[in-house]
Amino acid sequence: MQRRIFIKRLVLSAALATAGLTATVPVLGADTIKVGILHSLSGTMAISETVLKDTALMAIEEINAKGGVMGKKLEVVVVDPASNWPLFAEKARQLITQDKVAVVFGCWTSVSRKSVLPVFEELNGLLFYPVQYEGEELSKNVFYTGAAPNQQAIPALEYLMSKEGGGAKRFVLLGTDYVYPRTTNKILRAFLKSKGIKDSDIDEKYTPFGHSDYQTIVADVKKFAAGGKTAVISTINGDSNVPFYKELGNQGLKATDVPVVAFSVGEEELRGVDTKPLVGHLAAWNYFMSLKNPTNDVFKKEWADYAKAKKLPGADKPLTNDPMEATYIGIHMWKQAVEKAKSTDTDKVVAAMAGQTFKAPSGFTAKMDEKNHHLHKPVFIGEVQANGQFNVVWKTPGPVRAQPWSPFIEGNDKKKDEPEKK
Amino acid sequence: MLMRALSMRRAVAAVILALTTLLPCLAARAMSPELIHELAFGENDAKIKALGALVAADDPKALPLLQALVDGEVQTAGNRQVLLVKGDNATDAVTGAVVAPLPESRDDVVINNRVRREIAGAIAALKLAAPDRAVRLAGVKALQGGADEDMLPAVKHALAKESDAEIRGLLELTRATIQLGSSDRATRIAAIRALAVSNDVSTKTLLLVVLGKKGDAWAEPDGDIRAEAEKSLRSVEGRLSTGEMVGRVFSGLSLGSVLLLAALGLAITYGLMGVINMAHGELIMVGAYATYFVQNLFRSYAPAAFDWYLVAALPAAFAASALIGMVMERTVIRFLYGRPLETLLATWGISLILIQAVRTLFGAQNVQVENPVWMSGGITVFANSVLPYSRIVIIGFAAAVLTMVWLLLTRTRLGLFVRGVTQNRQMAAALGVPTSRVDTFAFGLGSGIAGLAGCALSQLGNVGPDLGQSYIVDSFMVVVLGGVGQLAGTVYAGLGLGIANKFLEAWSGVVLAKIAVLVFIIVFIQKRPQGLFALKGRMAEG
Amino acid sequence: MNATIPLRLRTALNAPVHPVLTRRGWIAFIVAAYVLFVLVPSAHLLLPANHPMHLSEYFVTLTGKIMCYAIVALAMDLIWGYAGILSLGHGLFFALGGYAMGMYLMRSIGGEGVYHSDLPDFMVFLDWKTYPWYWSFTDHFAYAAALVVLVPGVLAFVFGYFAFRSRIKGVYFSIITQALTYAFMLLFFRNDTGFGGNNGFTDFKRILGFPITAPSTRVALFAATGVAMLGALVLCRWIVQSKVGRVLTAIRDAESRVMFIGYNPLYYKLAVWTLSAVLCGIAGALYVPQVGIINPGEMSPANSIEIAIWVAVGGRGSLVGAILGAFLVNGAKSWFTQAFPEFWLFFLGLIFIVVTLFLPRGVVGLFSRKRS
Repeated sequence: MQRRIFIKRLVLSAALATAGLTATVPVLGADTIKVGILHSLSGTMAISETVLKDTALMAIEEINAKGGVMGKKLEVVVVDPASNWPLFAEKARQLITQDKVAVVFGCWTSVSRKSVLPVFEELNGLLFYPVQYEGEELSKNVFYTGAAPNQQAIPALEYLMSKEGGGAKRFVLLGTDYVYPRTTNKILRAFLKSKGIKDSDIDEKYTPFGHSDYQTIVADVKKFAAGGKTAVISTINGDSNVPFYKELGNQGLKATDVPVVAFSVGEEELRGVDTKPLVGHLAAWNYFMSLKNPTNDVFKKEWADYAKAKKLPGADKPLTNDPMEATYIGIHMWKQAVEKAKSTDTDKVVAAMAGQTFKAPSGFTAKMDEKNHHLHKPVFIGEVQANGQFNVVWKTPGPVRAQPWSPFIEGNDKKKDEPEKK
Repeated sequence: MLMRALSMRRAVAAVILALTTLLPCLAARAMSPELIHELAFGENDAKIKALGALVAADDPKALPLLQALVDGEVQTAGNRQVLLVKGDNATDAVTGAVVAPLPESRDDVVINNRVRREIAGAIAALKLAAPDRAVRLAGVKALQGGADEDMLPAVKHALAKESDAEIRGLLELTRATIQLGSSDRATRIAAIRALAVSNDVSTKTLLLVVLGKKGDAWAEPDGDIRAEAEKSLRSVEGRLSTGEMVGRVFSGLSLGSVLLLAALGLAITYGLMGVINMAHGELIMVGAYATYFVQNLFRSYAPAAFDWYLVAALPAAFAASALIGMVMERTVIRFLYGRPLETLLATWGISLILIQAVRTLFGAQNVQVENPVWMSGGITVFANSVLPYSRIVIIGFAAAVLTMVWLLLTRTRLGLFVRGVTQNRQMAAALGVPTSRVDTFAFGLGSGIAGLAGCALSQLGNVGPDLGQSYIVDSFMVVVLGGVGQLAGTVYAGLGLGIANKFLEAWSGVVLAKIAVLVFIIVFIQKRPQGLFALKGRMAEG
Repeated sequence: MNATIPLRLRTALNAPVHPVLTRRGWIAFIVAAYVLFVLVPSAHLLLPANHPMHLSEYFVTLTGKIMCYAIVALAMDLIWGYAGILSLGHGLFFALGGYAMGMYLMRSIGGEGVYHSDLPDFMVFLDWKTYPWYWSFTDHFAYAAALVVLVPGVLAFVFGYFAFRSRIKGVYFSIITQALTYAFMLLFFRNDTGFGGNNGFTDFKRILGFPITAPSTRVALFAATGVAMLGALVLCRWIVQSKVGRVLTAIRDAESRVMFIGYNPLYYKLAVWTLSAVLCGIAGALYVPQVGIINPGEMSPANSIEIAIWVAVGGRGSLVGAILGAFLVNGAKSWFTQAFPEFWLFFLGLIFIVVTLFLPRGVVGLFSRKRS
């Protein structure tokens, strides 16, 4: 009995305390602008998304230190959608309707974006999406600061087929079974066909999420590679990359024999891998940490200092990568657009976003397209080096315009290259 | 394979050129500053041309420089100096003189895959003439399956000088692959016959070309030769498919040993003690992070002994997980004995806390656990399947842990107590067994074994906060399929599931194989509701 | 009946059947119904947005979602709390109901998808030209509604029949239900299965012709969920207070003895197991239009374990506790993930430990102990 009463009191006092806590949250006036950050901090996607939350916080701190936006400080609302897709939609609604944020930076997986999309369209919110993706989407309420397939996948294939890339004749399209690899591979297959590659020289394979045993797959790749100069196009997602690369090393499949080009492997993903056996494998991105230019030096230093100051895990070896750069560009462009529109109203900001430019850490000036809500970005192809960095072996002469509707997918020629008016 | 052929052709063509005409005049200019300068500063095309010239000179002195290029140890300073840099020591590539102190601004000489391939060819070609047998063997192995007509003179030249049987055999095979395209019928037949003993995957491709059609006409017009090729192909294919089969059984065993390791700890905590420990996966993760921690200690304080960090990591992983397990037992689980389904909820809570704790301490990203050098690479069997050392070690490790647990449970006093307490708690207590302490130790043992599993798994895959989540369901399946309370059952179930999974995978793809295995478990439990090895007698009703 | 039955058990089986609800229970029920069907809708629809009593759409969708979870918790309590069967695969039935409804919702999008095709977008990118056979007739709401009940029901019936016939009990049963939902999750993750793979179904436009995001539709769905939840509560209550409920409890406490008396536990277990699965299916069907997405993540073993946790937190074997638990845990989760995004898992984990250690009868136990 005694214990029970005690617990009851405990529960009661806890409830009271929380009530008090909510009441004492300072009521902030109109002198701040609220921005939401919607990245998973727990669950399976935390591995990739946590660092984007920190990048966003860093950029916002930087903006606040320089006087904020239109003289107002930015106030951040961080929520954790916990890699749970319905929770993404719920949190998006909460950010827009309860916290009344002006803009949300967030999402990584396609499914999380698809989950929040109806919410943003219904409530006329604004989302900045910082990850390379499959395209085939164009919403008035979203700005896509990552790469569309023509800004990443197709240049990589062209490189592999060139003399410098090894002149590959056979291709293994290997991916995790979800929409990004499926769509990307569909586009790549059409592209390869247009280059005269036969279906028998293309092997398409999918593994489930979190797959960790790549023995059979690597053995199959080896067998397939006996039929001619082969390259592997990997759209393997997240965690599965480490066991895949370890197995490649184990079975002695070297980059000089069968190069693997990956679209989801960056500096962060290689953090957990011993890269010595992987030297020469490739990745295609719009940014690499190893790029040498003054903007990138500043960006890298800012991140290293921030990570150290906040004692972030891994601060002893601060890494930057493509989605971080895309997040950084997105936040700064949004700031510029708000200042141009002199308002945080979604429609006005959307209008002001068109044609915004920003000197990006990639060394080029990224430009928001006037119409299609995607960035013009340069494409780099890098080879993995023993220190876990990428050595750029090829790049486009300048920024490439995104094609969210890939011309290699049937029926897309009729699509308009701008969001449909509702 | 084809690209290797290309690079070989280039490199060896250069050798031949050298042997015939250029050798006299080029030999004197071997390792000339101009070539080294080209290699370090030139564009890729210039680099490759320089390589050809270096190989043509047939000077083994070029080997260290080429190797250094592959290893990324060549740097340039200013626009003239080329340095070989190893750690803090540098030598000038041209003069060989030690350069100290190091120039302030240096640039790495970076090469891409194409150049790397050419260098590998050049190295192999240079090695063919080396005095050391092992070097020559490595060279000829690199040439396997990548030979081309241009290389014939070089191969013949090497054959004439070679006395070692193994190298001769390989050289003869190389010659045969080249002579497949010969215009002389007898040579072609001899080559095809010789290829029948080849173990190389690419031989199959070459023979298939002989048997194929070009447009409407046969690539090989002579029917007899086609028949010979057919025969050779069958013999090669036979051995290749044996190799494939060996590889598949091996990968099944390997997956099985991973499952067994992951489940073994659970077989004690859940199987013997009846605790549905949903935090089991997290104990595995703790073991992996302990390994990471020890690895970092070695890297900072004992880099010389880095290759043996695993020896220290094993007890650390065991201790870390065992400690957490014992704390769990003392503070939470002991109050829940006899309420198995509620332990499920409490341990689920513990698992959430452990995951988040690791995330807060080490970050949400994966951490890097490096394989020691002796664990990378593998044994090649039948040329087409490689048995990686890391997996062999883990199979052996699983067997060792299993033996240890078995001995502990059957041959020690503690084991006797554990078995006594799990079979009849009151009776054991009445006979003076300190049941509560035995519980703590047994749980600690099971957790510690999970930690050992984590240490092993860190060598194969990710080490991140979610590591445990991917093993927990599989672990439970193995223990339940094997029969609760039976170590032997766990062993059979783990290995059986591993091998079945791998064979199904080859036949139906990864996802369907996994589904098939799960359905099999569901159906099997219908037939034998207590698992493979059911406890007999009154115990079974409990 | 046999005279050798232990006295306590016999009295339990012959005990007079209790009324479904006590008088106080009915009063509470009516109050709940009033709040759900009158107060909330009017506060949301009629009051202006700046009125202090206005209930935001966030509140309505969140509560609607949690009410769906509460139905699942009820279903779980019915079999776990009363029949002693712990299922670690109830998320599967919930998801199957959701998918059945999702198929209907996908088909009502019509040609408004990204590709303006009659087929859902994910089928277009798989190059499918026609619907596979199992999508037939799903454009009719009545048929889809039937699927919502039938698919989980039939699956549960077949699975349960074999499992209970083989007398699979306790942890073994829990683990094979986990294997079942895991297998289905893998199957649904495959794009070739024809349910949209990892992305599942999203971007619904309308239900029964009404735009799905309109406030009135939202309130209607909210009310329907409320009806389902209260209906499920009364139904479950009726079952556990009836003679069948008594037999179930007896099976939970001493299955062998019940068999010796002459009851066949198979049919009792099977009936209540199937009913529980159907309830989950209905909850899933109500859930999908409200949250706007269904994907195989709902079938992950972790989700099913969480269902058990709601019930344990609320207090198992009390029905009301299940509802309370679903609200408490999910409410806490919604609040924690916003208030302490970096640390909320610590709190959640701690709650589970504290509840199991100190509140073996759940939160409800705190209150009911005093009364008894």
